Order: sequence, then structure tokens, then C-alpha cells
Amino acid sequence: MDMNTMPKLPKVSRRTFVVGTAAAGTGLAIGMKMPPFGPGAVRAQDTVPEITQWVVIKPDDTVVIRIARTEMGQGTLTGLAQMVAEELECDWSKVTTEYVTPGQSVARKRAWGDFSTGGSRGIRESHEYVRKGGATARTMLIQAAADAWKVPAGECSAANSVITHNPSGRKVTFGKVADAASRITPPKDVALKDPKTWKVIGKPVKRLDTVDKLTGKQVYGADLKMPGMLNAAIMECPVFGGKIKSFDSAKVASRKGVKKVLQVGDSAVAVIADTWWQAKTALDALPIVWDEGPNAKVSSASIAETLKAGLDADQAFVGNDAGDAKGALAGAAKKVEAVYAYPYQNHACMEPMNATAKYTADKCEVWVPTQNGEAAFAATLAASGLPADKCEVYKIHCGGGFGRRGAFHDYVTQAVLIAKQIPGVPVKLLYSREEDMRQGRFHPVTQCKLVGGFDASNNLVGLHMRISGQSILSSVRPEALVKGMDPATFQGLARGGEFEYGYGGIPNLLIDHAMRNPHVPPGFWRGVNINQNAIYAECFMDELAFAAGQDPLEFRRKLMAKNPKHLAVLNAVAERVGWNKPAAKGVFRGLAQMKAFNSYVAACAEVSVDGNKVKVHRIVAATDPGYAVNPAQIERQIAGSFVYGLSALFDQECTVKNGRIVEENFNSYACMKIAQMPKVESIVMPSGGFWGGIGEPTICVAAPAVLNAMAAAMGGKRIRSFPLKNHGITLV
Amino acid sequence: MAKLNINGKPYDVDVDPTTPLLWAIREQVGLTGTKYGCGVAQCGACTVHIDGSPVRSCVMPVSAAEGKKITTIEGLAVNGVLTKVQKAWHDHEVPQCGYCQSGMIMAVTSLLNSKPKPTDADIDAAITNICRCGTFQQVREAIHAAVKA
Repeated sequence: MDMNTMPKLPKVSRRTFVVGTAAAGTGLAIGMKMPPFGPGAVRAQDTVPEITQWVVIKPDDTVVIRIARTEMGQGTLTGLAQMVAEELECDWSKVTTEYVTPGQSVARKRAWGDFSTGGSRGIRESHEYVRKGGATARTMLIQAAADAWKVPAGECSAANSVITHNPSGRKVTFGKVADAASRITPPKDVALKDPKTWKVIGKPVKRLDTVDKLTGKQVYGADLKMPGMLNAAIMECPVFGGKIKSFDSAKVASRKGVKKVLQVGDSAVAVIADTWWQAKTALDALPIVWDEGPNAKVSSASIAETLKAGLDADQAFVGNDAGDAKGALAGAAKKVEAVYAYPYQNHACMEPMNATAKYTADKCEVWVPTQNGEAAFAATLAASGLPADKCEVYKIHCGGGFGRRGAFHDYVTQAVLIAKQIPGVPVKLLYSREEDMRQGRFHPVTQCKLVGGFDASNNLVGLHMRISGQSILSSVRPEALVKGMDPATFQGLARGGEFEYGYGGIPNLLIDHAMRNPHVPPGFWRGVNINQNAIYAECFMDELAFAAGQDPLEFRRKLMAKNPKHLAVLNAVAERVGWNKPAAKGVFRGLAQMKAFNSYVAACAEVSVDGNKVKVHRIVAATDPGYAVNPAQIERQIAGSFVYGLSALFDQECTVKNGRIVEENFNSYACMKIAQMPKVESIVMPSGGFWGGIGEPTICVAAPAVLNAMAAAMGGKRIRSFPLKNHGITLV
Repeated sequence: MAKLNINGKPYDVDVDPTTPLLWAIREQVGLTGTKYGCGVAQCGACTVHIDGSPVRSCVMPVSAAEGKKITTIEGLAVNGVLTKVQKAWHDHEVPQCGYCQSGMIMAVTSLLNSKPKPTDADIDAAITNICRCGTFQQVREAIHAAVKA
């Protein structure tokens, strides 16, 4: 398999788009066929003065920009609006946004394209068609004005929501011609502006969604209120793959507010009550007997043993190779070897999973915070048994997503299955934190054995990285496997493409994967496989430099001649941090770089170590995302991703005991707090010509940069299994 | 029936007295700006003021809040005029997903009421709310800006 031609994730056919909704633990994906997204998009049937499917302009000049992707804090809503506004030439102060629904989209031949908001693709995979949506609308508005003036459209121009007939100086605002423009046949193709002329894209304009988050007014899924709504609490078998044996409804049926006790599928029980607190406390009191199934004895230790065996297994999928690594290592004058291990982790979104559903025999509606409206829609169809024209999903603002709300809509399925048992009544299903922690779609578990070899002159002649462990795609999207191989396993380590490994100068290289899939359901967790891959690759790179007695920056540079963009971000952080000058007394530095989701990222951490206490003073981070749509939001994503990544490095593990997850709340699954926050200095250095992601790429360089700095502080002593709390280490 | 005073208004709330104040505020009173994050006083998303002091309402029974002055996020801005903390949050664009920010703003408001010019160490000690988006850098900037406002 040639990684140069490896498609990005997920693999989406242009002709038939299949939205999968993963069935937990079974490896089974159910899907619905979506019509193709293309120029045949059907026009709106109602009276909305829609110019294109992306742009509505009201008579008072308010610009409504339609958004299909999901805002979950990462700023994509504002960024997408900036791109439409840039081409529309509208007044930014008049811009508002609205979510479109997947039901409408399907009914209109998928007019808004892909709703999926994961893999850092919200902007980089829709920039072209949303900009065209803006440019097309501008062209139509100008045409409408020109028609009214009976002048050639070529004599008119638009800026700040005003159209001007240049020879005469006549002016009209967008709102005055919007209705006429909406009746014009859209031009077949429109030219997009030269990036050099951008006025809104690339500027740190303020987010469009801040105010309501300051006053309590913003409605999240958990906050929904509807007339006659009931509330549901749920518990699924805590052992993945287990089922319900029995439960004793009579014990709680007479409690105040309790309406129903229901089985949901074959593995969960829900209590429906007037309020969620009544439902939750009744569920806590409900005696449930589980058939725990075949996984009831699995533990973290037994999983680790399975993975360990894979480190030396004969069979493995090759993700990247060059030359003859095994031969080079056999003939090496000196070898360095290390084994690393990375645990299960939960997304732990601040807002627990939830969905509200209302079912009748001819309509099923779902209100849900989701990263992928279409996947939620597919789950609704499957669970309700109703056709697409009788289902609808309304996206509600997400209290975090991080991947948990993207590929997985188990909570939608459950909400619909509950609603079907109480037709006509809207029911809000909300997970308790404990349920959310038990029923995650976890960051997969892997181990990695690395062997590097030097010749007699201390030149690196070969490197073998053997990853052993869990494949996400095997469980979530088996159709994306390539002859059994999970290409996503090699994120950040691939031969080319958007996850290209940055050390093209290693003459003999082998990176392979012995797939070992425990029963714990894996998922896409912010950054996905780059989290552990960056630790493995970049910490071991420092181990190799240390063994060769060379400066880690110089050691890397020698291997990166073929990777100038990787090198550029690395050089940028080294220069900003002052790598060539000593750090403050007691402070040590560590580096890391990677390419992920088509962006180049690097970091240098400054750390001090006092016994078991680690202080991260400062992290300088650089990213080259090709184009930087909103630099202020990019800086926030960088700093925020470090909080997520360092929380994981220091404190987070989902331990498996008796087949289930042990950590059920933040008291055993700690998250970083403000006292532990390092100063983050961001260098946003877009080099143009490509589109890279923002929300995820930088997350992966924080952990290895900090680990490399810690090793420097500890005289080369390394910790290779995580989280660091397991070694008594705390972040202060 | 519990009698609560929330944001200056009296409410008669028909709940079991052991019900956490959080759920009475959200489900009986209908003010949903105060969030559920953990239920065990770890994350701070449910922070409200009781007689001016920050309290994690997910572990305080309704019975303990009777007769006291309860302030929620909805009670900060008066007639739509943001407080200096909310204004600083706006200017520094602190929120990402925003789910934790009600609690964060309530905790910071309380800190500034008791310590109008907190040091970074004061901030570290007083603000222990969890934010999974990782807005801490902007939170700190905004606190210092609010002090100067």
C-alpha cells in the first residue's frame, strides 16, 4: 500500500455518501445512502429570499449565513462565515448564522454537502464551496441591481453590502435587491478572489457566538425545554458487550415523578420521569441484573499482555517503509531500543451526552448536540424505522465534542428507542457523568517498540517502529480498512499526504502495526492517533539524539532535508524560544514536531522538575496550516489543545477492571486547571497553497515536548508509560 | 415545598428537600445557565453565589439554600448591561464551547468581590473550575483586564 495515495479520513466517495453510525462494540456499522452533493442542489420551496443555499439576505440588510458543520467551541462557525462573507462582499457587522438541518439537506439533494465536523475538516474541506456560495450570491445581487438600473453588470461592483454602478455612482444595498436576486438563475461557475486580496479571511475578527455564553442564555442540548417534555436517565451494561438479564421496575415505579421504566435495546435500562433528577435517582435505586457476557474478566493488565505480544509478532501491517530497516539494524554498530505504552482515555466533554427525541407513527424528530448532523440523522432513521422524509434532526449547540459527538450517536439511538415507547411525548435523555465516563468511545490503547541503529560514525542508519494495539477503523468504519490494515493507525507517520512523517532522511525505515483489538470500544479522540504516535516518534527521536551525543534539534535537522515545511515550524519554535541560548536556571527544554490533518506543527516546552513535581513554564508552538482564516481563534485552539493533551499526559487513564471502566468522574479522571496552565506562545505561519486543520494538529506536540524537556531535566531518565500520575508525577 | 430567593425573586419549589440546588434551579425554576458537569463538586460548572460566596450547587441540598440569597449567572447582568467580568470575557473572547463559563464567571466574580486585585497565585488558588476546551490563558488575561476596568 502506498501511503502517498492514501486517502484522508474518512474515505468519502463522491458518488455515494454513506453515513455510518457505529453500533457499539459489535464492529457493525449501519449506514444510509445519501444523495450526491453537487450542482443539482434543489432550490428552497418556501418564501425565504435565499440567494444561494449558503446566503439569505433580509430586507433590512441582515446577512444570514448558513452553516452545515458544527460549532463546538473551535470557532468554525465564525471561520466559515468569514469565508462566505469574503466573497459575498457584505458588511461583516450585519452577519448572523443559522444551522441547516440534515433533513432539509437530504430533501434538497444534499445542498449543504458534508456536515461532519471532525478530523479538523470543518473549514479545510468546505472552504471552496462555501466561498463559491458567497461569490455566486454576490454575482446574483449585482446582476439584480444591474437589471433594475438597466446597465451591464460588468459596470457594477459590491463592497460592504452595497452595490455601486461605477460610471454613475448609483448605489443600492443588498437588502433592496435580495428578493430579485433570489429569482435569478445562479451562474454556472464563479471565480474566487486571489487570497492576496482577502479582507475578512485571515483577520482576527470577533467570534459570532460569544455573548450568549456569558449570560447563561446559550442553550445546549442538556438545557432543552419543551411543552410536555419528560426526562430520561439511562444505564447501559457497564461491561462492553454485556446485556440486561432482568430489572425490578416495581422497586421504583411508585417514586415521585417516575413515569416509566424501560428496556432500551438489549443492553440498557432507562427511567423516565418528570424531572431528570427524579429519573436519575430512581435509576440509581433500580435493581438491575446484567449478563456481563464474555468480557467480564478483561483487565488493563490482560489487555497490556495482549498488546505486548504484538510487539514481536511476525504479522504486521506496513504503514511506511524505506530501504531495509531490519537489515540495517542487524548490521548496526550500536542499537537503541525502547517500549512505550499509551492508555485508554475518555473525551469527557463538559456537557454529558444527550439527545431529545419525539416520535409519532409518521414523524421522528431529534434535537441533539452533534458534530455530524447527517450521522445523527442516519441514527434517527435506523432507530425509528421511518424514512428520511419523516425524520428530522435539529442541531443544538455542543458543550464540547472532541470526537465523542462525531462518529457516534449511541445516545441518539437510545433517545429514539425510548421515545418510540412513549409516542407523542418529547423525551430528553441525559447521561449522568458516570454513564458518560463508563460508556465512552475511548482513545485507543497501543504500545510501541522502537529500535534505532547507528553506524560506527554515529549516523542513524535504521529505525523500526512497531505499533501494537487497537485500530479505531476496525470498530467504527471497517469499510475504510485497506486489506485489513487501518491506515489511520499511522497518522503522523505516513510516507506522504496529510499525515506525512517528517524524517525523510532516515535511509532505512519500517513502521508497522500489529493489530490487537480489545473489547473496549475505541473512538476518535481530539487528535486521534497522533497523540501517542507523536510521543513514540518524537520522544524516541530524542532518545536517539541522546545516544548519539547530539543536540536534539541538530539531530532532527539532519534528517529533515526532504521535509522543508516540517523543518520550518521546528526552526520557528527553536528561534523564538532561543534554543541556542541557555534556558533560565533549573529550566530545561524539549522539542517535538509533526504533520497532522495537513498542518505542520511544532513545539518547544520549558519545564522544571522538582522531585515528582513538574512545572511547565512555557510552550512555544508554531503551526503552518496553509491558510489562517482567523489567527485569534487559531491561537486559542493551540493553547486549548495543550490543555487537553497535557491533561491526558499527566492524569488521564481509563482503567479496565472486570471488563468495565473504573474511572467514573473527575475525582478519578483529573483535568488540568488554571494553576497548571503554562504560558503558551503561538506562532501562526501560514505559507499558502494548501489547507490544513486547526483544532487537532497542535495537540500532539505538547506531550512529547514536555516529556523531552523532563528527560533533559532528569539527566536522560525517561518515563515511557502513561499517564504520568502512575509514576507519582504531578503537574503543578 | 422549599422557598428559594434567586436573583432577587422568590420561588416556591416543589421538590424533595434533598434535591441538589442545581436541579431545583434548572428543572423547577427553569434557569438553565447553571450547568451540570459532574454532580460531585469537581468541575465547578454549577457554581452559584449563596449570600455572595461561591458554592457548587450540585452538592448543596435545596433545604440548605432556603432563606439565603442565591445568585445565578442570569442574575449578573442588570437590564442587559454586562458586569465588568462578563465584559472582560467578551473583550478577550474567553469562551470556546462555553459550557463551563457560567461557573467560571461566577467563581471569578466572587474572587474579585473578595479580592479586587488578585495575584496570579490568588487566581490559581481560587479558580479550580474545569474547562475541557482549555480557555485558561484567556481566563487569566480577562481576570487581569477586569481588575483594571
